[in-house]
Amino acid sequence: MSAALELEGLRKSFGKAEIIRGVDLSIGRAERHAIIGPNGAGKSTLFNLITGRFPKTSGAIRLHGKDLTGLAPFEINRLGLSRSFQITNIFPKMSVFENVRCALLWAQGHRYSFWSLVSRSRELNEGAEEILEQINLTARRDLPAGVLSYAEQRALEIGITIAGGADVIMLDEPTAGMSHSETDYIVDLIREVTKGKTLVMVEHDMGVVFGLADRISVLVYGEIIATGTPEAVRANPKVQEAYLGAALEAEH
Amino acid sequence: MTSLDQTRARPAAGGLSLAVLAPWLMAALFLAIMPFVFTDNSAITIMNQMAITIIFALAYNMLLGQGGMLSFGHAVYMGLGGFMCVHIMNWMEDGLITMPLPLLPLFGGFFGLGFAMLIGSFSTRKAGTVFAMISLGVGELIAACSVIVVVFFGGEEGVSGDRTYGIPVFGFEFLHQIEVYYLTAFWLMLSAALMYLFSRTPVGRMANAVRDNPERAEFLGYSQRWVRYYSFCASGFFAGIAGGLFAINYEILTEENLNLATSGMILLVTFLGGVGFFFGPIIGAIVFTLLATVLKLHTELWQLYVGAIFVATVMFFPGGLAGLLAMHVAPWRLGKMGVLVKPYLTTLLPGVIGGLGLAGATEMLFHAREAATGDEAMGLFFMEVSSHSPVAWAAVLAVTAAGFWLARRGAPGLKAAWDEANTAPGGRR
Repeated sequence: MSAALELEGLRKSFGKAEIIRGVDLSIGRAERHAIIGPNGAGKSTLFNLITGRFPKTSGAIRLHGKDLTGLAPFEINRLGLSRSFQITNIFPKMSVFENVRCALLWAQGHRYSFWSLVSRSRELNEGAEEILEQINLTARRDLPAGVLSYAEQRALEIGITIAGGADVIMLDEPTAGMSHSETDYIVDLIREVTKGKTLVMVEHDMGVVFGLADRISVLVYGEIIATGTPEAVRANPKVQEAYLGAALEAEH
Repeated sequence: MTSLDQTRARPAAGGLSLAVLAPWLMAALFLAIMPFVFTDNSAITIMNQMAITIIFALAYNMLLGQGGMLSFGHAVYMGLGGFMCVHIMNWMEDGLITMPLPLLPLFGGFFGLGFAMLIGSFSTRKAGTVFAMISLGVGELIAACSVIVVVFFGGEEGVSGDRTYGIPVFGFEFLHQIEVYYLTAFWLMLSAALMYLFSRTPVGRMANAVRDNPERAEFLGYSQRWVRYYSFCASGFFAGIAGGLFAINYEILTEENLNLATSGMILLVTFLGGVGFFFGPIIGAIVFTLLATVLKLHTELWQLYVGAIFVATVMFFPGGLAGLLAMHVAPWRLGKMGVLVKPYLTTLLPGVIGGLGLAGATEMLFHAREAATGDEAMGLFFMEVSSHSPVAWAAVLAVTAAGFWLARRGAPGLKAAWDEANTAPGGRR
């Protein structure tokens, strides 16, 4: 089986500073993969390289075997990769419903249509309602997204991310800044909505990571020092030394 | 065209209902009876001007309000559409082509669209400052062309034509202003409806999304650049239609229709009305046209007042007049409009009187400085006053001071009443 997402010798420099220093990673279909590591390890940069937000310096990124070199974010998205952001990234002035509906437009083949009305496509509106139901925001349907609570905005962002039906979902710190109960809610939500899909996520909360991920990669100073099942990574002495020991201690 | 098939194949989820149609039917009825209320020719001319400005402002708001693009050169597309239409009128006069006059604005629209497609192909790559600067540059460029490409723009005197050479429609030859009024009103309704519908299409919705958060839109599969491009072209088309109607109405176009002043005017109109609402620019165009035509008859300083109103709007009501109206939806729904009546009367009314007093003082000062020596009599608010009389000066200053003092005194009460009116019984707002 070919990998859903494959990184090969990926490097990224900002000026003289090399942030990603040769990353090789292969993430299988329907795998839940977490990327962890200390602050400044380059986790978000890695995300931004994969999704075309920044151009890479060298190496290769392949989505379902297709090289992503030189593609713009919208082109990468059309190939079936969708992402959320570390800082909530929604359409604040539009209603919650509109946010989700916009996320469905391209996937349902509406393209740049100016000859059809969004309100007249049942598939579109019912699809948006279904997503709202899934992310538990039906009651907030008509509010401007900007007035939702933080956890609700994060849930909405996950909704927008999955709405297009992309089979590779990338979530950048989905539980950052959340209380325990909110975290539990979001984790359940992520588990629910990414069923059968490839999930790649960056996360700081070790509880979330070990509860959700099938495999974990540990990124330290732009290099992956270990990849494996949660148990293997937890037992890896290199990981213990570089990162996990301190991180797990901080949890308690 | 899969999306078309999809939408047609399924029954309408959000079909036409009376609630949706009511405002449009009312607007159509309103337009139909207006000439019977204001019958004289000058009033009809003002209404024509208003209708044209409404179309132009709505087209402009497709950029500014819907798409988040600040253009300083949108007069270009209206102007070019207008110039083209005057040339077509002249060809009709020469017998080169023949068609009914009501079709003419469509050609203005296509000409505006063509130019928008050309200019937009590079100006919409970036939003924000880059877009604004390119629009400014292109605006200046085309305006400068008007004295260079004399064959099209007619140099300094512009180009003029005669609208009456089209094929008569039901016997109408468009000799009279009233016939032109109904032609303009027809295009106003059609353009406004189409622009509204455009905002409800996938690309229209994505225009809002790109305005709010271009990066997120990209990660949903849409190129922000192409979304902007489509809005820009559509806006150019409707601006061209407005230009065509201008050509029919005035039968002359000059450099003034292309230049920066006109582009700035439409920005002002749209912002004054409110960019956040579809109907905002309509209010803006009506208010502005009234100010520009009626106020102009009474004072040379009308632009000063329009400028002051604009600055006040930007500072205090960034949502424009439409935003001001929309602010009252919540108190209305709560049934608390009554709470606001008294503070409005005791605060806003003195404020308006103070403002008028200040305007009166300005007029007197202007008259005292600029009128011919010995000419002391001037008309001020339906009164005859002397601009050199200390009594008149004392009176106008006293009214101003008293008005502002009362308004200032009432302000905290107004604020309290406003908060009260926005509070649901037993809960936060």
